[in-house]
Amino acid sequence: MTLYDPKATKKAQEAELAWEHDELRKTLERAPESQERFLTVSGREIDRIYTPADAPDLDYASDIGFPGAYPFTRGVYPTMYRARQWTRRQIAGFGTAKSTNERYKYLLAHGQTGLSTDFDHPTLTGYDSLHPLSEGEVGRLGVAIDTARDMSDLFDDIPIDKVSISLTINHPAIVLLSFLLAHAEKVGVPWETLRGTVQNDSLKEFHGQKTFALPPRGAYRMTMDVVEFCTRNVPNWNTISISGYHTREAGSTAGQEVGFTLAQGMAYVEGGLQRGLTPDEFGPRLSFFFGVHMDFFEEVAKLRAARRLWARIMKERYGATDPRAMLCRFHSQTLGSTLIREGALNNLIRGTTQAMAAVLGGTQSLHVSGYDEAHDIPSEDAMRMSLNTQRIIGNETGVANTIDPLGGSFFIEKLTNEIEEEALAYIRTIEDMGGGEGVLAGMFAAIENGYIEREISEAAYDYQERIEEHEYKVLGLNEHEEDSVPPPELYEHDDDEEERQIARLEAVIHERDAARTEAALEALRQAARGADNTMPFILDASRADATEGEIMGALRDVFGDHEDPGIF
Amino acid sequence: MGVTDASIHPYPVHPCELFPMTTPKPTKVILAKLGLDGHDRGIKVIAKALEKAGMDVVYMGMRVTPEQVVDRAQREDADVIGISLLSGAHKPLMTRLMKVVDEREMRGETLILLGGTVPDGDREALEEIGIDGVFPVGSSLRDIEAFIKERLSDGE
Repeated sequence: MTLYDPKATKKAQEAELAWEHDELRKTLERAPESQERFLTVSGREIDRIYTPADAPDLDYASDIGFPGAYPFTRGVYPTMYRARQWTRRQIAGFGTAKSTNERYKYLLAHGQTGLSTDFDHPTLTGYDSLHPLSEGEVGRLGVAIDTARDMSDLFDDIPIDKVSISLTINHPAIVLLSFLLAHAEKVGVPWETLRGTVQNDSLKEFHGQKTFALPPRGAYRMTMDVVEFCTRNVPNWNTISISGYHTREAGSTAGQEVGFTLAQGMAYVEGGLQRGLTPDEFGPRLSFFFGVHMDFFEEVAKLRAARRLWARIMKERYGATDPRAMLCRFHSQTLGSTLIREGALNNLIRGTTQAMAAVLGGTQSLHVSGYDEAHDIPSEDAMRMSLNTQRIIGNETGVANTIDPLGGSFFIEKLTNEIEEEALAYIRTIEDMGGGEGVLAGMFAAIENGYIEREISEAAYDYQERIEEHEYKVLGLNEHEEDSVPPPELYEHDDDEEERQIARLEAVIHERDAARTEAALEALRQAARGADNTMPFILDASRADATEGEIMGALRDVFGDHEDPGIF
Repeated sequence: MGVTDASIHPYPVHPCELFPMTTPKPTKVILAKLGLDGHDRGIKVIAKALEKAGMDVVYMGMRVTPEQVVDRAQREDADVIGISLLSGAHKPLMTRLMKVVDEREMRGETLILLGGTVPDGDREALEEIGIDGVFPVGSSLRDIEAFIKERLSDGE
């Protein structure tokens, strides 16, 4: 049954025509509108006004429904923020594990409720701090982790059975998670009590983030080894955080972000099915990660659309029956690429607006990017302000009092429909590239033929052109203040951290039982050549103090390297 | 025979034969990302913009070494080398690049540009080692195009 009575909709349409002919026409004759077209950040043309006629087929029960009930458009839980506000999860990581450990303790003391680890480029791409390619990047944009011992330093004196942990790493996810599990063994925390997330979204590395370490198929197998191992051994761990954030950072539109991200998710679901897992077994441990841009309503609609479409896909296509396997639970982060250098404090306003959209879109956890991040990694003050933004939205504005307050808005419902359709069209295009063998086959094809990367580049260029042409105005970019204020204090990078980390790594290599390490690495190579799950072997290598670079090196020996095709 | 004469007699011979040197060779630009940095949105947008502005653009992709970039630039007789770095490792990596540029005696021959997350405080040091232009995140495409055109025409 449609939400709006068709007769009433028709009446509204007639009234709109009369209004256009009468009041609107007269006004436009006197004074035209300021722009010929009004576009969202993603370049979507927006109408002057929305009415029931924009979504005449909307059915309340099957399209909108109730929070915590299929299709989850309004939220994943029946009580949402009335039970517990979203997790304030500011990502942090820099220098050595010891330095980051101090920052974690600071954040926990200042109202943070979950931890998230940012790794440096060498760690993200599977190289040791000693590798020549790592020069100048050790501990620079994230924390440097070389061995399981570094992981123990990172979480020293932090109750890992009580604080949830997010490891933001992809191709080497299986290694870093093994380091954490080895640390848990050391401090006597049973794996079953660990709560947290490993990003582990190998496919998006080829079009977003671009910190790949392995070729597509090898990397994908590692992702699925984590899913399979954790489903059986670390039951409360979110095994993949299927990420759109980096796709958006790479310049995609909102519709592409949902389409490509959900296609990645479908590829992982199909991999789980191939391994004999049922969607109800591993579906509940899949989570998502979205970016939040400046276009307030488009972002809220995007998050609603992602939730509804994922539920429909899991239920209708893959046959999930457990509602928890249909939930698109997600973390969100205000987009780093929207931060502007000039007038850095203006970024506080951007962060607030984006955070508000994330909350009205029903996020489960949130990171607000630091106002000074167009200059360097965030200062302590910037991180404190990001947390305060979340506290103020959560406690002072009342937006968390009711669930999905924008639901039912003619505009929001229409946008939600549009983004869902757009995303579905991308998923179909990708699937078609797989020659009828499912979305997984389509994803590999779309990565290998450069389709996804090219689509995103095109969108990034269009967006930049709108800025160049002043069609989209951004303060500090194409509009300027007379006296903009610089950020008060920037993060001070300690150049000695790289040396300290290298010394630490050399000490571990010197102390460890070399024969045991080498044997563990050789066993891993054997497993990778065959069909066994590699995670038990990587755990063994971690316990034997093998370095991340050595473990990834063993996998590269088997799967090969990946070269950036340089598509633009 | 000067330009004026040719314009009085519009088509005596094909202008290319008269002024072979005026057939412009498109500006050759080599773009790359050094080190392990994966932030490639900006450099890809710039690649597209410079191509649309009529330049001949090669984007070598990520994780390229300074030696590879300079090799390619030398082989293709490039006018411009453009490096993008958002990893914070611009000082050591650009120093290494300039060392290779000097070894090949290409300083002053090829315009060396850097874009990305470069703190204002690092600018001077980068210019001192011979970087011709620094374009931090948020720079305008038109400004970059204009800078290249201006500097290359100065050099002629």
